[in-house]
Parts: sequence; C-alpha cells; structure tokens
Amino acid sequence: MRTVLLILCCVGLFVSSKLNTTSLNVGDKAIDFTLKNVDGKTVSLSDFKDAKGYIVVFTCNTCPYAQAYEDRIIALDKKYAPQGYPVVAINPNDVEAKPGDSFEKMKERAKEKDFPYPYLIDTEQKVTRTYGASRTPHVFLLDKDLVVRYIGAIDNNYQNASAATEKYVEDAIEALKSGKEVETNFTKAIGCTIKWKES
Amino acid sequence: MLILSFIPITGIMNKFGLLLSILLVTSIASSAQNVEIIKYPDLHKMMETEKSTDITIYNFWATWCAPCVKEMPYFEKINHLENVKVIFISFDEASKIHDRVKPYLKRKNIQADVYLLDETDFNKIIDKIEPSWSGAIPATILINNKTNKRLFYEKGFKEGELEEIVRNQN
Repeated sequence: MRTVLLILCCVGLFVSSKLNTTSLNVGDKAIDFTLKNVDGKTVSLSDFKDAKGYIVVFTCNTCPYAQAYEDRIIALDKKYAPQGYPVVAINPNDVEAKPGDSFEKMKERAKEKDFPYPYLIDTEQKVTRTYGASRTPHVFLLDKDLVVRYIGAIDNNYQNASAATEKYVEDAIEALKSGKEVETNFTKAIGCTIKWKES
Repeated sequence: MLILSFIPITGIMNKFGLLLSILLVTSIASSAQNVEIIKYPDLHKMMETEKSTDITIYNFWATWCAPCVKEMPYFEKINHLENVKVIFISFDEASKIHDRVKPYLKRKNIQADVYLLDETDFNKIIDKIEPSWSGAIPATILINNKTNKRLFYEKGFKEGELEEIVRNQN
C-alpha cells in the first residue's frame, strides 16, 4: 500500500511540476499515468504491452450522459481491445462533491455492468487536469506513441446509439489502423462538468 | 371470491384516478411554467433578437445536472432585477418534458422563461452557440444589450456571484 502511495505521489509530482497548465490538443504527446483500478491494483498505459493505441475515456457513475454511453464504451472495448486498442476508463470526479462516484460505488458499477476494461480513480485529479478533460464522457484516443489522435465524443447521438450517423471514435481507430490521418479529430458534446475539488 | 371483490375496488380507483388526473391537469394548466421545445435555429434567433432588457442571461442546464439545479435559485433571484432577463435552456430529452422538466419547474417555482433545446448532434451546435464552450453544463452566456458585449462561463455559480457580475455591467 505504501509503495502504491509513493508511486502515486511521484506521478503526481511529475504531473504537477511539468504539465499542470496545459491541456492536450490533437497532435500533442500525452503522459502515461499510474492510477488505482476497481480491483485494487494500479494500472498504467505501459501495462498494455501489445497496445497499438489507447481509448482513454473520462467517465463516471453518476452523469446521465456517461450512463447513456456506458454500453457503447463496453462495446468499443470488446471490439477494439482484441485489435490492440483497449479502453482505459478514468473517473475524474471529486468523490466528496459526488459521493455516487466514490471508489466503492465505482466497484459496484464495474461489477454490475461487468466492465471488460479498467475503471480507474483519479483521486488527485492531476491526470484529468493534465489531459484537459472537461466533462464526462470525454474520449482521448492515443496512438502507440501516446500521441493524441482524437478528442471528443463517441458518436453524434447520445440518446440513441443506433441513430448515430457519425461514429467518431470508431472512425478514428479505423483511420489509425490503416495508417491514415483521422478526418474528424475533434468534436464537442454536451456532458456533465467534472466535479473539481474545492481549492 | 378474491377476484370478485377486486372489481368494484378497481372501479372506484379508476374513477378516483380520473378525478385526480382532471384536478392535476387543471392545476398544471393554471399555474405551471410553460416550456417550449425549440431547435437550434430558434435559439439562434432568440439570442440575436431578445433585447427587451439591458442584460439577457442564457443558462444552459438539465434536471439531472446537480450543479445546474443548485445554481438555478441564484438565476431566479437576478431575474427579478429590473434590467435583467434570464432564459433557461434545458438539455433534457424532449420526451421528459411532462414527467420531469415541468414538474421540476413547478416544484422549484421557477418563474423565468424556460425552453427545451431538442437536439442530439451537439458537435454541430456547441461552437455556433459559443466557440470556447467544451460542452459541459452548467454553462451561461451573458449578453449586454447596451454594449453588445458577451461573457461566457462554463461553470457553476456561487450565491451572490451573479449579482456582482451584473453590477459590473453597469
């Protein structure tokens, strides 16, 4: 436990000293992180040895938009993790501001929905700040070298997956797979504000 | 025996239910907030033409958004100022207008105008409403109709904060 804390502290220091003012844009290089998963173990992007990219999703239990996209996030992982593009979900919310997003509640939700991907808690909110996530759900698609290739929404219809006419994340991954530029590499969507710690 | 005894009860219940719903409908019709469902072009037009007060404030919210709901009374309060008009734009699903949005407004006694923006493809709309907006709610746009200056906030407000912003407009 002490080692875990130490690692977290180190990551925290690194993040805050180097990168605390910027948020990521497409083309920037993202940082790896070490955060606690719902199974109690820590997860880093570098743990995925064979990854060709990473679907980093800032999401949570409580936001209705995040809930609306939950099954689609699961489907993304089921489809793309075997192809080398795993989902890594991060809950960015301050659990004091949002008790429904506590680590215990995260564990419950992950079990209920049988998340096939890690669901990490960003207790210090440093990864969230560094990435520049502003809402849930908010996707950052990284390539193998951690370069950001897409930022935004999963698709263009939160109410109804089958009515979505543009599947931004899938299209972006397909472009990465075939070595092409991602055509739509930034989208906006309505979402819940991230609940920041009171400073 | 059991089944037989149920029939008259259900009958009474039905009548009672009918009476209750008539009463409910009448009370809603007389006092509840009217919420108009609009599309983006309607909102755009509204933002271009609504200049009946010195300051128009658009607050983007939804019944499920906790920080939005928390700050609504502060907006209600400044809506009573003589030179300010507050317009609430809801992002609730249009299908929830009767069972969620209207009952909520009634319960909280919201007097300001409320519209429900019935759109799904927000990537096409958010930039048009405000280019610096990432899409998180609550979000607020203040338009000073005298100077045509515009302020944008992607955050929740604390009590008293809005009064100060409005004061600084004069």
